[in-house]
Amino acid sequence: MSVSSLFNELRQTDQVFSFMQPQGATNLNIDKGVILYLEDISVSFDGFKAINNLNLYIREGELRCIIGPNGAGKTTMMDIITGKTRPDSGSAWFGQNINLLEMDEPAISKAGIGRKFQKPTVFEQLSVWHNLELCMAAPKTVFTTLKARLNGEQRDQINKVLTLIGLQDQRFLNAGALSHGQKQWLEIGMLLMQKPRLLLVDEPVAGMTHQEMDRTGELLTSLAGEHSIVLVEHDMDFVRSIARHVTVLHQGSVLAEGTMDQVQSNPKVVEVYLGE
Amino acid sequence: MTYPALTGWRQLVLTLMLLCLSFGSRAATLDESVALLNGSFNDKSTAVQNLMSVGHDQTSVWLQALLDGNLYTDKASNQVVLLVAEQPEFSVQELVSGRTYSSSKSDLKRIMINNALRKELRVALSSLALTSADSQVRLTAVRSLMGSPDPALTERLTSLQLQETNSDVRDAMTVALAINEVRNASKPGRNAIEVLGDSLEPEARNALQQLHDRNPAAAEGKLAAKSLANIERKILWSGYIETLFFGLSLGSVLVLAAIGLAITFGVMGIINMAHGELIMLGAYTTYGIQLLMPDHIGLSVLVSIPAAFVVSGLMGILIERSVIRFLYGRPLETLLATFGISLILQQLVRTFVSPQNRTVQTPDWMTGSLELSPVLSLTWNRIYILIFCLMVFALLFVLLKRTRLGLQVRAVSQNRAMARAMGVRSARVDALTFGLGSGIAGVAGVALSQLTNVGPNLGQAYIIDSFMVVVFGGVGNLWGTLVAGLSLGVANKVLEPTAGAVLAKILVLVFIILFIQKFPRGLFPQKGRSAEG
Amino acid sequence: MTAANELNLIQPRLLDKGSQRFLLVLIAVGVLVPVLNLLVPESSGLHLSTYTVTLLGKYLAYALLALAVDLVWGYLGILSLGHGAFFALGGYAMGMYLMRQIGDRGVYGNPDLPDFMVFLNWNELPWYWHGFDQFWFAMLMVLVAPGVLAFVFGWFAFRSRVTGVYLSIITQALTYALLLAFFRNEMGFGGNNGLTDFKDILGFSLQADTTRIALFSATVLALALGYLICRAIIISRLGRVAMAVRDAENRVRFVGYRVEHIKLFVFCVSAMLAGVAGALYVPQVGIINPSEFSPLNSIEMLIWVAVGGRATLYGAVIGALLVNYAKTWLTGALPDAWLFALGALFVVVTLFMPKGIAGLVQQYRDMRQQAARNNGGADKVEEKAA
Repeated sequence: MSVSSLFNELRQTDQVFSFMQPQGATNLNIDKGVILYLEDISVSFDGFKAINNLNLYIREGELRCIIGPNGAGKTTMMDIITGKTRPDSGSAWFGQNINLLEMDEPAISKAGIGRKFQKPTVFEQLSVWHNLELCMAAPKTVFTTLKARLNGEQRDQINKVLTLIGLQDQRFLNAGALSHGQKQWLEIGMLLMQKPRLLLVDEPVAGMTHQEMDRTGELLTSLAGEHSIVLVEHDMDFVRSIARHVTVLHQGSVLAEGTMDQVQSNPKVVEVYLGE
Repeated sequence: MTYPALTGWRQLVLTLMLLCLSFGSRAATLDESVALLNGSFNDKSTAVQNLMSVGHDQTSVWLQALLDGNLYTDKASNQVVLLVAEQPEFSVQELVSGRTYSSSKSDLKRIMINNALRKELRVALSSLALTSADSQVRLTAVRSLMGSPDPALTERLTSLQLQETNSDVRDAMTVALAINEVRNASKPGRNAIEVLGDSLEPEARNALQQLHDRNPAAAEGKLAAKSLANIERKILWSGYIETLFFGLSLGSVLVLAAIGLAITFGVMGIINMAHGELIMLGAYTTYGIQLLMPDHIGLSVLVSIPAAFVVSGLMGILIERSVIRFLYGRPLETLLATFGISLILQQLVRTFVSPQNRTVQTPDWMTGSLELSPVLSLTWNRIYILIFCLMVFALLFVLLKRTRLGLQVRAVSQNRAMARAMGVRSARVDALTFGLGSGIAGVAGVALSQLTNVGPNLGQAYIIDSFMVVVFGGVGNLWGTLVAGLSLGVANKVLEPTAGAVLAKILVLVFIILFIQKFPRGLFPQKGRSAEG
Repeated sequence: MTAANELNLIQPRLLDKGSQRFLLVLIAVGVLVPVLNLLVPESSGLHLSTYTVTLLGKYLAYALLALAVDLVWGYLGILSLGHGAFFALGGYAMGMYLMRQIGDRGVYGNPDLPDFMVFLNWNELPWYWHGFDQFWFAMLMVLVAPGVLAFVFGWFAFRSRVTGVYLSIITQALTYALLLAFFRNEMGFGGNNGLTDFKDILGFSLQADTTRIALFSATVLALALGYLICRAIIISRLGRVAMAVRDAENRVRFVGYRVEHIKLFVFCVSAMLAGVAGALYVPQVGIINPSEFSPLNSIEMLIWVAVGGRATLYGAVIGALLVNYAKTWLTGALPDAWLFALGALFVVVTLFMPKGIAGLVQQYRDMRQQAARNNGGADKVEEKAA
């Protein structure tokens, strides 16, 4: 919040201050059935075009897999959606009415976009339980957080997620002590606690065994429908096992889009990616 | 000329010869004039005028001696003598005859002069110097004669100007003549007034002011006002240039102090709080080397540069090998540990050298100043340090961009693991880079020793400023450090006259604090994915 | 694992076993010291001189300051090199009150103006000195002055995401700028000499033994309260968010917390605690001058916390007491050695004892548990660990 906007707020007497407004009050408008619009987005770092005129639409309840070689701009795209990186040009809308380019990370998160990072980042010095607690969809201002105590319903919710991600026994262990695969699960659990409308999942199965991969696949498939999911993944077997709709990124823009079979038979895709 | 052992007959012959000489008319006037120096102040004044008109080749020596209080009367012979030496014994020389003999202080009486006489002597000496063979001496003489109202001088200057070959001296003479015209003529020429308008001599300004005050409404008065305004404008600009110079000079010191930090902090990501103490070590090295070669002060400073580089550099390598290498990737811990080292180094100096400040002598070639105009002179030591700073910068720049070590340093700083995989011995590169940054701190210490006293707290005074420079310029960017250092120096000096030195410093600090909050990566930020998070 | 234990792990209690022990020791000291000073006759070997009481009071004020530093460094991950500024501001607010209490007993006997203002030929009290003759107002300022500075500084710094080393450096610049400012006579805070020659507080002479004891007790009380405030913060969800910020700041943003607000809150609380510590320190040592702003002071505070152990509140207190005791002892016995020792302490602690004394204690406990487990007492130990 800039000083000028604070001043504006002080002058507006017909409404309460923004920090006193109830949390999560933003109403997502998805009349058209599309939850995410990325249009004409470009961004460059030191002259290198990481994203080049990218157009991408995600429908509500969809499970979309994004594949592409290294440097195709997958992670940068996620950075733009979550507010970490600002594009040089283009527009990004969440539903019909939320302009993502005007918001910072916490606001975007609050609006209903959750993200799982490529490298699992959990809060290592906190227990698994507390990791989940922090991510819970609840008011997140300073004073509510200071006074917050878990009620029974919230505890049940955490327990439910713990069971789902299979970390019930480790719930009071520091997250730093978990194995790599367990951290991946924990991060998915943290994502679920946020109850997001749109999940951005960056390489969730790296470091997992085959059984774990299968379970992750099942979990993601079951989440789709209620949530919209954008999945970035390198493991082609995994993608093939769960994908309905695949987008191939190459050099910062969309190379091909369609079902897995369509994409696989696309000669351009074969050339840049699968053929390698 | 000395007369070590005068035998009786020799002395006799000599006396006779002197007697013969004294009968010549010229010698008589000379002797009379010299004798008059024993008389009243009026007599002395006459003596000076006589001596000037006689034109003995030693006149300027004698007059200078009179001005300096080195002329005495021998109480026994009542002769005027010139003091030649006080050590090992008092020896004096008679004027005119040139006879030198030893004497004692009690046998002599100093010839006193008063202020009027002193002024007269100065004019006389300058007038004599007008014909010196050295153009610099002539120039100084002309300038010291400016505003002296002697009409004879005007004539002399006019005639000398025709023969003058040096253009600077000729111009100065024009100004001196114009001053005299403006001062003395009832209707000074337009040309003279305009000439003074281009001169920055204080006397020219005085003369114009007087002319203006005499009759502000008259044509001359108005013209004088115009010329005065011209002068004021020039002085104002000189002031700006001077401020800029002081600013750049301070800035160059900041850059020197910060540039080593730019390497250790910017390239390696190490917070070295002991950086200031490495500067201090460099300054003490200069001091030590001067103690070793007290007869070659000028040379000692030059020797100190590599010596300080080695001393501080080795100390840096020692610090890196013994402490910092265990703390890579933990910048805050490094900060604390190196702060501890800085305390130890300071206390070492306090215990084994002295808690007091030491003065390092400035060599002759660094003293004095470069006079660009009568109101603008730049001190040589600051000019040298500015040049030195730019040289160090250029050298470092070339070292990092063009040499193999530089390539390795940049490689390690960007991706340690990859550099190692490519066969770079990262431990060695770390030690060398840190040594390089530390060595440059030492070199900065040599420069600082020429500006301030050398003491155990020398480094502390610069560490915060150095960090400010690096952070302001953008970490990891040598150009940023240069631009930031120089501009902070200039900003400081620009603010100083209005805000005072302390407030200026505070304002600059506050500015940087605000600046970093707006541009966390400094003036020249690194961009791209590697710079994130 | 019992239900009560599980509850503790989910929501730690304010007064866990460690806190109870800490507060008990503190209360014991708070009772014993006055008793040993006032009730035990001077001839007895157990008598504590008033000098010692004041010295202890000074250490405890430092301990409160160490708590404040630990809160931001240990739990929030901000290495502040400028906490001395908050301490000094609190001290100056108290000093201004004490200055006004001198009244016409100063050297110049001016009833309205402190001596240094008379000396500077000032004719009236600067506006910012008004109100400081009231104790309540001065105490308010002890909290407000450091709090506002921390708020303004933090507002800009945290919002623009200045972190890590950069933040440390600009906090150092902040205290350095204040140091220079307070050295100026024109600032109206006594310049170089600062504020001193205090006579009394709330009408009680500062020289009296009972006043000294009262100040000591107030410091003990403040330390206990400060501990409880810190404890309340770190066991709350906010405290856990702070630790999350410390370990993975960006991740916290993606979860939806406003990191800058969290930081600002904790930073301001810490600054105010430091201010209170300063306010308790000044009447006990009898002087406040600009040297309290010097960057060296602020860094020294860090070593107290580092020695005691970061992110353990009691460690900060122990570290502050130990290091300051060592300082008093060494500067008396071997004046030259103190800075060597302090310097070595920085190096040794960062290299070999990154978790400080608290870390050693933890290690020792773990070892004993390991031994007990090996001896077959596994069930008992597990309960303990929970």
